[in-house]
Amino acid sequence: MSKINELFKGKPHVINVGIESFKEDLASQGAEVIHLEWTPPGRGNPELIAALDKLEDAAVIEKIEEANKLAVERIINSQPVLIGFDQAINCVPGMTKTTILHAGPPITWDKMNGPMKGAVTGAIVFEGLAKDVEEAAELAASGAITFSPCHEHNCVGSMAGVTSASMFMHIVENKTYGNIAYTNLSEQLSKILRMGANDQSVIDRLIWMRDVFGPMLRDAMKLHPTGIDLRLMLAQALHMGDECHNRNVAGTTLLIQALTPYLIQTDFTTEQKKEVFDFVASSDYFSGPTWMAMAKCALDSAHGIENSTVVTTMARNGVEFGIRVSGMPGNTWFTGPAQQVIGPMFAGYKPEDSGLDIGDSAITETYGIGGFAMAAAPAIVALVGGTVEEAIGYSTKMKEITTDENPNVTIPLLDFMGVPTGIDVRKVISTGIMPIINTAIAHKDPGIGMIGAGIVNPPVEAFEKAMLALAENIH
Amino acid sequence: MKVQALIKPNTYFDSVSLMSLSTKANQIEGVEQAIIAMGTEMNKEVMKNVGLLTPEIEEAKTSDLIIVVKAETDELCEEAFPKIEELFKKKNTSKGKSEVKYSTISSAAQSVPESNLAIIAVNGAYAAREARKALENDLHVMMFSDNVSVEDEIALKTLAHEKGLLMMGPDCGTAIIGNTALCFANAVRKGNIGIVAASGTGSQEVSVRIHEFGGGITQLIGTGGRDLKEAVGGIMMLDGIQALEEDEATKVIVLVSKPPAPSVEEKVLAKIKTCKKPVVVWFIGGDEEKITAAGGHFAKMSKEAALKAVVLAGADESKLNKRALNIPLIEEVRTKLTPEQKYIRGLFSGGTLCDEAMHAAMEKFDNVYSNIARDPEYRLKDRYTSQEHTFIDFGDDEYTQGKPHPMIDPSTRLDRFMQEAKDPSVGVIVMDFVIGYGAHEDPVGAFLPAMIEAKQLAEAEGRHLEIIGYVLGTELDPQGLEDQVNKLLAAGVTHASSSQNAGLLAREFVVKGE
Repeated sequence: MSKINELFKGKPHVINVGIESFKEDLASQGAEVIHLEWTPPGRGNPELIAALDKLEDAAVIEKIEEANKLAVERIINSQPVLIGFDQAINCVPGMTKTTILHAGPPITWDKMNGPMKGAVTGAIVFEGLAKDVEEAAELAASGAITFSPCHEHNCVGSMAGVTSASMFMHIVENKTYGNIAYTNLSEQLSKILRMGANDQSVIDRLIWMRDVFGPMLRDAMKLHPTGIDLRLMLAQALHMGDECHNRNVAGTTLLIQALTPYLIQTDFTTEQKKEVFDFVASSDYFSGPTWMAMAKCALDSAHGIENSTVVTTMARNGVEFGIRVSGMPGNTWFTGPAQQVIGPMFAGYKPEDSGLDIGDSAITETYGIGGFAMAAAPAIVALVGGTVEEAIGYSTKMKEITTDENPNVTIPLLDFMGVPTGIDVRKVISTGIMPIINTAIAHKDPGIGMIGAGIVNPPVEAFEKAMLALAENIH
Repeated sequence: MKVQALIKPNTYFDSVSLMSLSTKANQIEGVEQAIIAMGTEMNKEVMKNVGLLTPEIEEAKTSDLIIVVKAETDELCEEAFPKIEELFKKKNTSKGKSEVKYSTISSAAQSVPESNLAIIAVNGAYAAREARKALENDLHVMMFSDNVSVEDEIALKTLAHEKGLLMMGPDCGTAIIGNTALCFANAVRKGNIGIVAASGTGSQEVSVRIHEFGGGITQLIGTGGRDLKEAVGGIMMLDGIQALEEDEATKVIVLVSKPPAPSVEEKVLAKIKTCKKPVVVWFIGGDEEKITAAGGHFAKMSKEAALKAVVLAGADESKLNKRALNIPLIEEVRTKLTPEQKYIRGLFSGGTLCDEAMHAAMEKFDNVYSNIARDPEYRLKDRYTSQEHTFIDFGDDEYTQGKPHPMIDPSTRLDRFMQEAKDPSVGVIVMDFVIGYGAHEDPVGAFLPAMIEAKQLAEAEGRHLEIIGYVLGTELDPQGLEDQVNKLLAAGVTHASSSQNAGLLAREFVVKGE
């Protein structure tokens, strides 16, 4: 029987695109009908539609699907393991005494926003390159400091992402593919360097982290026989109600539990050990950077696959939001303006006080956690504003723009659905759905720090530029 | 007066929802005028024409939602925005929370594998792409969208043909599949007559008449208005006939269209010749000889087509009420009209209904003008001014710019009605009122005050204004046929029982010397 005659046999099962009243008429007649949440592809831009069409050619699409399958396989199969801690100068590729790494795509000193300038000057003082932040600002402007994105050094940095030579770094090795990723240590509180604060209390804490906290972690991990399997721990943390970007309660507990047997064996005094435990306990965020390095480690292994349209980096420098795509190898950034984060503010602050979206932490969403795994963390909704229903909706919606689900990292509330993995530039452009990121808000002025948290989307321009470049590149 | 605009980037709503929201926004106190629309070039032009274009609006993209308000003061404009946004919220909560949302045809089709048909009703610039996605996912397509290129239509229909799928449209407004009315169609009985139609209201009319004669419909397949043009070659009509021939429930097939291009007509006639089932052909203004020679059953008008179909399908002709013309009524109306009241003014929302009435008039008069006249000499010179006998299809693009179809929005036709009612040379105004799925919730009701006023005005001037109203629909339609007809009768309007009768009555009322 032909497909047409098959259709004639019963009531149609309709997918309705466009005029919504047709859906109601069909439903009133007892027909099954799905109404699409449709928007014009590529925001109606003919150039983008042509690019989409070009990549939908049968021969091309096969190449892309194959490349994307490989990219996602690499993300999923990556087994990032925390193998140690050390100072940046000792382990980060390309690090020098006068290098300062920052979050997001490349940016020059004069273009940096308030929080990033605050962090940079604080770091220069911390490194002993200037006596105070004023002198540090002059030095930064003088050209004597090398600025470079964390991402271009196998690193990620939360918020301003400012990383200097003597800071201690997580060292995360991809046991499957061999690459290594780095990130510095959580400063815990809200008035901290990465949020743009830089007074003496901030510098003193960084010094303590350099002299006590970091070395103790380094020595502890030297004693660890296998390293800590971060993917496994991440999966556990999700089952315990974290989404591992803004809610890290479970992950931090798991991580310190795994570190403790080795921390106590180090040669530090009991008092110093208590200081470290108290410091970790002072904020749930301790494991936040750890998950960023884990995600970075997995995604770097999927970068540079010819013909792949999978996003391997989303990062913001407070001025621009940049993405990198697997099929556009190396440090090819596609950027658009950084957006304002919408969400609840700490008492006394107003939306106009907030700096624009900043930080490499969107690497977690790029991996499939954070905003993408909100359904795993209903408790987060109070922090970022919204309802549990919305949190669940975010996770299912992200499936529309991703390639696959990660079976190793699952969401109990969604029947153990794997987290949506492998953001596909084509799908973002054709659906108009933007990745959802939940993130902290830093004050727009240097020296103040975190003032809230909320939800943000990348600027569509970054994806549009990537789409056009991909269409140009893939044949 | 102050004008303020609010742009919501990358926020999409369909045009029909926005029109209904615009209507509600205009009722907000303090609002002089409000438009809520997507930032398309066409919408911007509409805003420019009514003086609501601001620099922000000019910058808005196709995918941006524009809310623009005109009010006495800036404060009133500002107060209106939150109230308008409230209108959107109400809509959102009614959606039902647990419903799974899909953004693309592919993801919906893959997640719900029972899906078998896609209705595409988006801006024509994007419609072909969505239809292609649907066909690639093995979905039949009904494409309501128009402004799709002929090249795209051919490519889509060819792909559908290769895959054994229906590709109804572009510009297909009517279909009935598995007893389910799609878009603009009527609730009719299930039966044994199948229809393939290039004309929306034409097929609605035939299905409704079949229902009235006690028959019923198996499937009504729309092809879109261009299917029988040379370039497209009747791909969908030929596949539709084939499918109905293979469909066990279908005993009789009815074809509805304007006369096809000669090369396409040949193919269709050849298909009729080999078809094992009787085929009734209503090609408005078509050639009887050729159709009969091919073994088809020729129908000159819509009711005739329905009648032939039900008889071929097994009805006893002698027991049917054929609704003959009311001759005494014709005599009576003729005596009421003065010698100056010579002309018919046909104001239609249905294109084929307009065409049918116009063809009836053309048999008796040679001064019949229309916006859809095939002979350019008889095209209306000015769409706002009638000439002698004038028939207007208000569904034609030139009357719908920036507005919904007259079957949804009566305003353009209403204005014209009042204009015609004041013209002393007018003998009769004939109008259709289409009910059923997709149509206005009370089309006669929307005209009732105007019709009563017009009658009173004419009476005050000492002339009789004859109005003929035809309601296309069945008693099963959501609006209810009887209620609509009763409203017409209460206003003193002459009720025609079919499109065919409406056209013939209008003509007979003003014919002289018989």
